[in-house]
Amino acid sequence: MAENIRNRVIAILAEQAVLEPSDVKMDSTLETLGIDSLGLVESIFAIEEAFDVSVPFNANEPEKSAFDISSVAAIVAAVETLVADQKG
Amino acid sequence: MHRVVITGAGTINALAHDVKGTLEAFREGRCGIGALDIRDVERLSIRIGGQVADWDPEAHFNRQQITLYDRFTQFTLLAAREAITQSGLDFDGRLGYEAGVVLGTAGGGLTTSDENYRAVYEEGKNRVHPLVVPRLMNNAATSHVSMAWNLKGPSFTVATACASSNHAMGQAFQMIRSGMTKVMVTGGSEAMLCFGGIKAWEGLRVMSRDACRPFSANRNGMVQGEGAGVFVFEEYEHARARGAEILAEVVGFAMTSDAGDIVMPSMQGAARAISGALRDGRINGDEVGYINAHGTGTAANDKTECAAVADVFGHHADNLMISSTKSMHGHLIGGTGAVELLACIMALRDGIIAPTIGYEEFDPECALDVVPNAAREARVDVVLSNAFAFGGLNAVLALRKV
Repeated sequence: MAENIRNRVIAILAEQAVLEPSDVKMDSTLETLGIDSLGLVESIFAIEEAFDVSVPFNANEPEKSAFDISSVAAIVAAVETLVADQKG
Repeated sequence: MHRVVITGAGTINALAHDVKGTLEAFREGRCGIGALDIRDVERLSIRIGGQVADWDPEAHFNRQQITLYDRFTQFTLLAAREAITQSGLDFDGRLGYEAGVVLGTAGGGLTTSDENYRAVYEEGKNRVHPLVVPRLMNNAATSHVSMAWNLKGPSFTVATACASSNHAMGQAFQMIRSGMTKVMVTGGSEAMLCFGGIKAWEGLRVMSRDACRPFSANRNGMVQGEGAGVFVFEEYEHARARGAEILAEVVGFAMTSDAGDIVMPSMQGAARAISGALRDGRINGDEVGYINAHGTGTAANDKTECAAVADVFGHHADNLMISSTKSMHGHLIGGTGAVELLACIMALRDGIIAPTIGYEEFDPECALDVVPNAAREARVDVVLSNAFAFGGLNAVLALRKV
């Protein structure tokens, strides 16, 4: 399950960044992937659709959101938490 | 070049159903934002807005009219009636041919679209009311104003998202200034507080769930409002000859395009519009005492706008006042500049500067005098009204005391 979430999140970010999934590393950041604010909003939408969860994220105060977007690893962890909380 | 003055004003918005009540709310720093009362609100994650309270269309219009008037048209007609009544103008004779209507709206009859999509998609109906098209079209409000008051000159609707009504009023100003018309009914309206209207905005993740706090470090987004603001712009000599009461003079207007990003604002684009309006109105920067900010309460707009003001005015940026009344009536999108022009007129005429309410924490990136929380008395001679739209389309108006 965890493996699966990681791969699906990476696939979503890779598609948004127009990269191969193998080029998206766990320590990559949105900046290094070249994903801007609109790309981020689209990625969050894709995550919500893929996992049927609701992501708490406000673009005005990203640092205050419970959804950590500081790296790919952080995003994967945040999605795992959301899936566990909202689907459990 | 003819001079252009304002001889009538009308509004309906979350604060009041008229100008008097709206200005009272501005003076008191009252908030019109509250819980939304709309169908399916429980399926929205954003549940607040600056909704027009106690709106009863049947108190103002008959059944056939309501069939033709979307909510945005109803608001427009009410505000237009107040403005035209105040102006004292009668368009039944020759003046009707020398007077037109230019109004702004972003969504037009969005409530009508929302209701009818619901009927065919959700409820599976195969038939909608025969007058859906004339009800939802963006120019419906303009056309109904022209029909109601016999305004037969140049008339159209402007849609530039959040700058729509400033672009509309800029056009009206230029038409009178150039001699094309004698009188223009202008401003804008919006009625986007329906399920689909808010659902679409939610997706951008720029909306606040609790309050609109422009320029405050803890701001967390915009809050939508609804309503209308309508004005009578009139050629100065025409107004003077008939002894009309003049509310303010419109002296400058400029518009620019960022040609950059579809949603992120540009400091340069905003600054070029502000300095363009000063140039157009032959205004020295240090004459400007008050700016009604676009001030949406988003992280991006407020810091960009403050940087643009600092860039244009230099040291004088620290002397002038800049406030966002969106904190009180919400963001009326295509109608917002029109309602906000009322704060500009109040500053010039009454010497009262409307506050930015909800201000809680200083933000070094918005280090201007934002008139926090309480209205202030001050004599100002020149004011600006900023509007910066998604799509990077900017429109700034300059008004002078008469």
